[in-house]
Order: sequence, then structure tokens, then C-alpha cells
Amino acid sequence: AMDTDLSSQDRKDLDKFIKFFALKTVQVIVQARLGEKICTLSSSSPTGSDWFNLAIKDIPEVTHEAKKALAGQLPAVGRSMCVEISLKTSEGDSMELEIWCLEMNEKCDKEIKVSYTVYNRLSLLLKSLLAITRVTPAYRLSRKQGHEYVILYRIYFGEVQLSGLGEGFQTVRVGTVGTPVGTITLSCAYRINLAFMSTRQFERTPPIMGIIIDHFVDRPYPSSSPMHPCNYRAGEDNGAVYPSVEDSQEVCTTSFSTSPPSQCVFTVTKAHFQTPPPVVTDTLKVPVMGLAFSHQLSSSRLSYQPAALGVGSADMGYPVLFAGGLNAAHPHQLIGPSKEGGVPPIPSQPAHGTQADQERMCTPLDGVHYSAATPSSSEDTETVSNSSEGKCGSPHDLLETIFIRKVGAFVNKPINQVTMANLDIPFAMFAPKNVELEDNDPMVNPPDSPETESPLQGSLHSEGSSGSSTGNTHDDFVMIDFKPAFSKDDILPMDLGTFYREFQNPPQLSSLSIDIGAQSMAEDLDSLPEKLAVHEKNVKEFDAFVETLQ
Amino acid sequence: PRRTHRRAPSRATPAMNCRAEVLEVSVEGRQVEEAMLAVLHTVLLHRSTGKFHYKKEGTYSIGTVGTQDVDCDFIDFAYVRVSSEELDRALRKAVGEFKDALRNSGSDGMGQISLEFYQKKKSRWPFSDECIPWELWTIKVNVVNLANEQERQICREKVGEKLCEKIINIVEVMNRHEYLPKMPTQSEVDNVFDTSLKDVQPYLYKISYQITDSLGTSVTTTMRRLIKDTLAL
Repeated sequence: AMDTDLSSQDRKDLDKFIKFFALKTVQVIVQARLGEKICTLSSSSPTGSDWFNLAIKDIPEVTHEAKKALAGQLPAVGRSMCVEISLKTSEGDSMELEIWCLEMNEKCDKEIKVSYTVYNRLSLLLKSLLAITRVTPAYRLSRKQGHEYVILYRIYFGEVQLSGLGEGFQTVRVGTVGTPVGTITLSCAYRINLAFMSTRQFERTPPIMGIIIDHFVDRPYPSSSPMHPCNYRAGEDNGAVYPSVEDSQEVCTTSFSTSPPSQCVFTVTKAHFQTPPPVVTDTLKVPVMGLAFSHQLSSSRLSYQPAALGVGSADMGYPVLFAGGLNAAHPHQLIGPSKEGGVPPIPSQPAHGTQADQERMCTPLDGVHYSAATPSSSEDTETVSNSSEGKCGSPHDLLETIFIRKVGAFVNKPINQVTMANLDIPFAMFAPKNVELEDNDPMVNPPDSPETESPLQGSLHSEGSSGSSTGNTHDDFVMIDFKPAFSKDDILPMDLGTFYREFQNPPQLSSLSIDIGAQSMAEDLDSLPEKLAVHEKNVKEFDAFVETLQ
Repeated sequence: PRRTHRRAPSRATPAMNCRAEVLEVSVEGRQVEEAMLAVLHTVLLHRSTGKFHYKKEGTYSIGTVGTQDVDCDFIDFAYVRVSSEELDRALRKAVGEFKDALRNSGSDGMGQISLEFYQKKKSRWPFSDECIPWELWTIKVNVVNLANEQERQICREKVGEKLCEKIINIVEVMNRHEYLPKMPTQSEVDNVFDTSLKDVQPYLYKISYQITDSLGTSVTTTMRRLIKDTLAL
């Protein structure tokens, strides 16, 4: 009966409005959690492509994820579109922060005009969403991400699940729009005890990680998940190159490395290689060093800069699961999906993977977002060329260079699990250069003290001193090994460790040596009167001196 | 109750159909500007459209409104505003005057700033056009003085939280989908919208403020019109 009241054109329009409203809703929410300020321009002359008369950028990967989650359906009663925002620390702990819900209920407004009133109200609702996304606690957290945690998103369609938000979560309603087929409701449920989490504890040094947004979900019950880890398993590797190419059922999600010129490391399934080269839509151009690929932001609206780091425009043909753009202030920061992100220390991780919909099993190619051509995609596609720079050649070459974990600097661990492909860790110059040279690395194994006998050397070791205390010092504390941090220095012949070991036993002060203190007390006392007489003679001088001090 | 019909403002008692919302904030002196801008911009975000381009036969197309994030320096807060430098300048000017008036009044630091949306109703000569308000936002401000840095830090956070609540309140009001002026024809557009800006088109609005002196009576110091209407006689 509902449909007879609505003309078919109106019905078509309404469905289209709702679909694009859902897509724009996801864009607004995800962009508000990228950690950067968003800026789009007003344009007085309508371009015809700005839905709801608002300049909201479309990040292609996000649209893709949303379309995937919706799978051609629209929000309806009992079928809500949810965007879950969660936080993941560098230790691997994750926590759901918010669930944004786009729902439909049965209350119909038959008289409302679709093409006009509904459209304008949807536009108003998007503006409200823009405003509200800045006032929930997760906004401030997301602005400070990159140091110790990252913000992730996940889109799912179906029943709303709020259990991950902890007790006492709060709800804010963004707004509602009545339509002839039901009332659209947009709301956000957010974790409340986060409000007391001081964001200041996360403000320390400038970020060493790129801003990351990811769209996989951390399974609440990892052990039951069918997914395999896409990235490292600490402690289980035996120095092999990432072994799970065969095992992994997931597809790609990129692991993020932590370096100022950020990189994306792609781990791909073997299955993926069997598919035709994926078509990647005009997507993000990210500056990547070493792996040498980049993607172009499709629209010029955003004030992101595709940073020019001189990288090629290539892609290896991997599905790049990016979301977000570039930080204009830090153009080298990459925004992209991530797993553990290569952040040391790296704990053992349960299975992770990309899963867009909780209700669906993750099939081997499930996460390959671009390999299957999206039938509904009408965006321009560009086949990714295989040109690449530097170390990376063809995709197959790249597979060899993929590594699971990079050992960061200052890490005193055997790094035989890692094949170092690129120096893409922070403070790379301090890091062990490669596995073979680890033993020679002075930072890891400081060299022994130089053999040459210097004059200083002799006195340092107090061979000739009569003091026995130095000998005691040696006996009491024996240096086994010394690996000072920050101490690698190629310029000086001696490094900090050596220096320390040489100078840790300085000679005793002469005044403290027993020889000198061998004078008897009696002699001291005898010499006292003489000394006092001398001082009394000079008392006027002393007084004058004291005067000058006052 | 959801209304689907537009209700024309009554001529006899225009105030009756004017929706009025009041928000109150307590801020430190240096936070006044940012707090006011945050609220005013949030309201105007919802009350601005793209520029209208009228075509033949009464149809029109609408331009695109861009938005941008603004971080506050003295408050732990960020808000979204319409990307229009002209609009931002106009608001900053008004808020700046309000802040100066607050400071110079010698009062206890209490005042209020109002944002009124109105429609113009053309009258026949010799009567001048009427301005009929249909929505009025009033922000009551109480300026506090803080003793030390620790208090100021707490104030930064607390005012930030308060402003979050205000944004939620504003959005609630906006969501009621209550009276909005009918979309005008080309000849009427200047009676409903401010068409003077080059990139966006807010509903006709005016900003005024009042400073409350220490006796609690309100002393109107200035009434400012920020729209380019003139009283034509």
C-alpha cells in the first residue's frame, strides 16, 4: 500500500537519495576520525556532482567498503548500516569507541515531498553529522592518534551491536528525516569511560607513525576467528620470510611501518596473484619510499597534498586498502589501513583480517577489495602500472621483500625473524643494519676496550696506584656487557660503551689515598698553633675580603 | 508532531511564531570569542545553503557548501564552519565587538549575544519593509576570572565539554524540522536569504548584543545590523 502512494519516479529518487546519503554518512564519519582537519571549498556554481549540496569528499576506499557492506541493499527496518570506530594501541589492545547507526523505522510520512523536502532534510542531517562528529570523545582522541594508538573503522550492515562499548555508553541523536517509506534515523552510541581518559597522556613526541585508519576489525574472540594473521607472529617465525602467503586466508591488509617516510607493506595471498590484475580506482597517492607506489587522490577538493617524494606512480597490483588522505602538514605521513603497523614491541597477535561484515565468513578473496571488479563501480579505473623504483620490481619480486616485522632501533633482540628489506623504521640509522652484521654492530655488542696502551689507560686501571680500593672496586662490580642506547657513532673511533668501560674506574683522589693520610694525628696537632698564628697576622686582610663579599 | 505544511508568520504578533532558543556559557575572558564563534558558526552551518541560480520557469539550482574544521586555541574544542571567508569575517567582527563591549563595560562580565533569522515582508509605500523574525538564538555569557594556571587548564577542558553539549543542543533544535521560510521565487529571494555573499547563502540574519550591568538590568549598547538592507522610504 505504501508503494502505491509513491510514484515510481519518486521511489527511485528516494532510494537513490538514501543510498547516497548512506555513502556520504560513512565518508563524513571516517574522515572525521582520520586525525586531521578537513577543509572543502564552497562553490557557487553547482557542479552537479555534490550530493546534498555539500562538498564532502569521497575517499574511494571508504566508498568501496561501504558499498561492500551494503551489498546493494538499503537501510531498512532491522537492517541498519553501522560504522564502528575503535582504537588500537601499539601493544595491540583495541577498544570500540563509537558505533554510528543509520537506521530506518516504520514511521512513514506520506505527504512529504521526496525530491525537495526529503533531499533538503538529508542535507541538513549531514550538516548535523559534520557538527556532531566533532563533539564526541573519539574526535579528540583521533586528532592525537599516531603516537601510541590508531583509530580504525569498520562498516557493517545488519543488526546494531553495542556490546563492545562497555557499560554506561551514551547515545547522541544526530537527527531524523521522515520519508514516505519510513523514518531515517542517525545516531551515535559512544563509550563513556573514555571521557575520563586524558588525551594528554598521548601527547608526547611528534608522531613517528603515519596516520592510520583501517577497516578491519579486531575480533572480540580471536581464538574463534577463522582468520589467520596477515602479519607477523612473534616468536613463531624461524627466520623465514613471511610464511603465511600460503596459509593466509585473508587478503590484504596492509601493515603499516613506522617511519616518517611511511611505507605500506603489503602482504598478499597467493590466491590473489591468480586473479587478474586488480583495477584500482583513482585512489590515494601516497608517498612511499622504497616500495615505490602511489595512488592519486581522485578529487581535488580536499586540501591534501600528494606529497612529492619522487616516487613512481606505480603500484604492484596489490589491492591497496587505504582510507583517508594525506596530512597536509606532514605530507609523508601515510594514511592507510594497518594491522599491527610494525610498531615495536610486537606481541603475539591473534588472527586478524579484513572483515566487512560480521555475518559473513572471510573467504580467501574476501578482503581483496579491488581484484573482483566492482560491477556497480562507475568510477574511472586505472590499471596500475608495474613501474616501480628502486628495490621493488615486479609484484613477484615484491613478495620476496615483504617482511613481517621490522626491528626498530634500540631493540636488543635477536632479529633473525626478520628479513630486512628496507630501512623504514624510525631512527633507522641506529638500527642493526642486517642480520649478518648484527654481531659486528657496536650498538648490539659494544666493542671491547682498545688494546693499545695509552698513558691514560695505565692510570685508569690503577695498576700503579697503591690504593687497594681500586682493586676492590673491580672485584665488587664486574661488567658483563654493556649496550648503551643512542650510542652508535660512526664518526668517533670510540663509542659510548667503550668510553664508559674505560673510564668507569677512575683513579682515586690523591687526598684520599692512605699514603698521604699516613701522617699521624699528633703531627697535625703540632702544626696547628703555627698555622693559627699566621692566620691571626693576616686577620685584617681576611676581614677586608669578607667586606668585599657583602 | 511533525508538520508538513509551512506556516506563514503571523503579521499581528510576529514574535509568537519566532522560535527562541537560549544557551548559556561561563567562560574565561579570552575564551569568549572562540566560544561565541563556535556556537554562531554551528547555527549558521545549518542555516546556510549554496547560492541559488535561477533558471527559466522558476527552477533553480543550488551551489555547493564547503565546510572546514576550526580548532580553538583557548578551549579544548573544535567545530565545523561553512567555508566562507566573508561569513567568517562578519561573525568575527560582531563577536569582537561583543567581547570589547563586555570588557569595557565595567560590569561583572555578563552579557548576551543574539542571532536572529528573519524574513522581510515588503510593504506598500509609504510603509517600510517589515522584518519578521522566525528564529532567535541567544547566547548568555558569564565571564569568569581565574586565579592560576591550573584553574585555567581545567577551564579549557570544562568549557570544551560544555560547548560539546551546546552543539548537541543546537543539532537537536535543528532536527525538529520546524518552521523554515518557503523557498522563494527569484523576485523574493532577497526577502529570505542573504544573497550578498559570493559563495554561500545564509538565511537573512542579524546579530545584536546586550551587556548586563552589575545591577542586572540590561543596557543595550549597540544594535548592529550585519545585513545590507536599508530602510527605504
